[in-house]
Amino acid sequence: MADQHATLAAAHPSRFAQNPLQRFLIATELDTRLLGMVGALAIIWVGFHILSGGLFLTPRNLWNLSVQTASVAVMVTGMVLVIVTRNIDLSVGSILGLVGMVMGVMQTDILPVQMGLGFGHPLIWALSLGAGLAVGVGIGALQGSIIAYLKVPAFIVTLGGYLVWRGAAWWVTMGRTVAPMDPTFQLMGGGPSGSIGAFWSWVVAIVACAAIVLGLYFGRRQRLRFNFPLRPIWAEVSLAVIGCGLAIGAVWVANAYPWPRRIAEAFAEANGIAVPDGGLFISHGIAIPVLIALGVGVVMTFISTRTRFGRYVFAMGGNPEAAELAGINTRWVTVKIFMLMGALCAIAAAISSARLNAATNALGTLDELYVIAAAVIGGTSLAGGVGTIAGALLGALVMQSLQSGMVLMGLDSPLQSIVVGIVLVFAVWLDTLYRRNKN
Amino acid sequence: MLDTRTPLVEMNDISISFGGIRAVDRASIDLYPGEVVGLLGHNGAGKSTLIKILSGAYKRDSGSIKIDGRDAAINNPRDAKGYGIETIYQQLAVADNVDAAANLFLGREITTAIGTLDDAAMESKAREVMGRLNPNFRRFKEPVKALSGGQRQSVAIARAILFNARILIMDEPTAALGPQETAQVGDLIKQLKSDGIGIFLISHDIHDVFDLADRLVVMKNGQVVGTARTSDVTKDEVLGMIIAGKAPAGAVAGPGAVAD
Ligand SMILES: Nc1ncnc2c1ncn2[C@@H]1O[C@H](COP(=O)(O)OP(=O)(O)O)[C@@H](O)[C@H]1O
Ligand SMILES: [Mg+2]
Repeated sequence: MADQHATLAAAHPSRFAQNPLQRFLIATELDTRLLGMVGALAIIWVGFHILSGGLFLTPRNLWNLSVQTASVAVMVTGMVLVIVTRNIDLSVGSILGLVGMVMGVMQTDILPVQMGLGFGHPLIWALSLGAGLAVGVGIGALQGSIIAYLKVPAFIVTLGGYLVWRGAAWWVTMGRTVAPMDPTFQLMGGGPSGSIGAFWSWVVAIVACAAIVLGLYFGRRQRLRFNFPLRPIWAEVSLAVIGCGLAIGAVWVANAYPWPRRIAEAFAEANGIAVPDGGLFISHGIAIPVLIALGVGVVMTFISTRTRFGRYVFAMGGNPEAAELAGINTRWVTVKIFMLMGALCAIAAAISSARLNAATNALGTLDELYVIAAAVIGGTSLAGGVGTIAGALLGALVMQSLQSGMVLMGLDSPLQSIVVGIVLVFAVWLDTLYRRNKN
Repeated sequence: MLDTRTPLVEMNDISISFGGIRAVDRASIDLYPGEVVGLLGHNGAGKSTLIKILSGAYKRDSGSIKIDGRDAAINNPRDAKGYGIETIYQQLAVADNVDAAANLFLGREITTAIGTLDDAAMESKAREVMGRLNPNFRRFKEPVKALSGGQRQSVAIARAILFNARILIMDEPTAALGPQETAQVGDLIKQLKSDGIGIFLISHDIHDVFDLADRLVVMKNGQVVGTARTSDVTKDEVLGMIIAGKAPAGAVAGPGAVAD
């Protein structure tokens, strides 16, 4: 009897699938919604490639796309937690603007001039970033406290914040643009020197592949230990191949995009390298902002799935009363979510201002809408309790792909807004259909 | 026969209003170790509200709570848990979108040496506890919203007994259950009682209460009609307390008893 149960439990549900595709999906336990998004992304990419006459799927464009996505991608990981707990944050773009200004003033005036560190001091970037993080976390703590303890709806608090922080950003310099940024700080924005080059990119690919394989291995060992159904070996191998293939493919693309000729030549001259016929090929490799975004994605996935805090976020989102009755300090968790969101805004501000090489009053304008849209397209439910970091990152990539694809096609920006708006509504409608069918 | 031991719980003159409604009005109840006290009354009598004050879900307007004879400061569910008070709520209070193990340990997770969730340890402990309670339970990996009412209730009960409660509050624990599961809960109550746990059992089923409770308290319109040993009153008398608010001879009349 007990044996019978054990064998029953150990049979993987993929045994009962009817056709090969279904068997593959069940056996690999891939999230079908996430796969759907990957499919949508593929359609968008190929569509734009054709419509733009072959300009989209080039190393150069894909590399740029990755850099352009980084800032929103960083913020969307926090927005997932905000929305999962049935809140919203409309102020992220304004926080980004204010924090960008603060960091700009720190590195162009306060640190080098007023505190006498001098321009180009190696600590400037870190101190500026630290100050930005402090401001971001502080703003998050303030907004979160008002939401959690004074019970003002997040929509209102952050709508107020949207106005307040944008105004405050102006106040920092009376609207004056701050530039140029510290050279080290600028690396966070990408560009030829803000990329890690071919060698280190391959190192990243190898580390990623190792992590994927080890993750699968330990996952399987854990299941074995507790007598849970195991994925068939072929499914594990497929997952490893797909995962490693994506990592290697992405790095290959990043490495296929060379430095612009003039910069490469200047570099060659400065370092006494002879330029061969046909120009010097120096790979960009992965851009630092992209690396930051990927790192944030990994850390946030870890936080949301492996820590108490993450568990409380999802428990609260599913049933706030039950979470409270279980003894969770739901208010403090809410404050922490908004503090985290503020910190992520600061990181995004560093990426955006470094990329622009300036802090302007308009930095981050409309970002709140892109971030929320990316989270929602990425499968975060506004009803609460549901959402993944990976999905949201994909959502950010979808949004940015639309955006840059339309730029490549030369669409006017009003038309771009119209398309993005329609796509957002359409995507959420599809998602509602999907969820309804699933139940 | 007076019980000379210190009561586990004494709630004295508890009142609470919602808007204009006095949901609980100068109610006093107590509970001794190893005792089951049944709490009876019509819908809306104030039973759930009274025990929610004990479990920290509501803050009383007035009155005092003593645990082990000492004044207890209970302002939220965390405080109550600190006193060893565990509650199974009438409206199944489970977190729908996390799995059974996550629910059992919600708010008190087992963590690894580096502070991450130790899901394996929690799940194996969950299997152990659920195995005692509901041996047929197998769906450990699914969000509890996928479970049946009875399964969800066993998760809620397992959650309450997992942490060695000294005081257990069960608000209509069998309302969502079938006969077999109801009998299981009855056995469980007897077992917990023999472990010295004090239990408040709220039920609309007067037979359940007579089977399981040592004493019973009847409430009406937020007030206590009377308190009695189960052996000192008949079912008809208790029905009279519930319906008419009349305290019989075998009972100690409360502020809610009608004078005749
Ligand atoms: N959170 C609340 N807000 C307003 N009124 C409430 C609330 N909780 C309970 N009440 C009211 O208090 C009274 C007692 O309810 P309750 O304690 O649930 O009764 P019982 O559990 O005995 O059926 C009812 O009139 C109910 O409407
Ligand atoms: Mg009730």
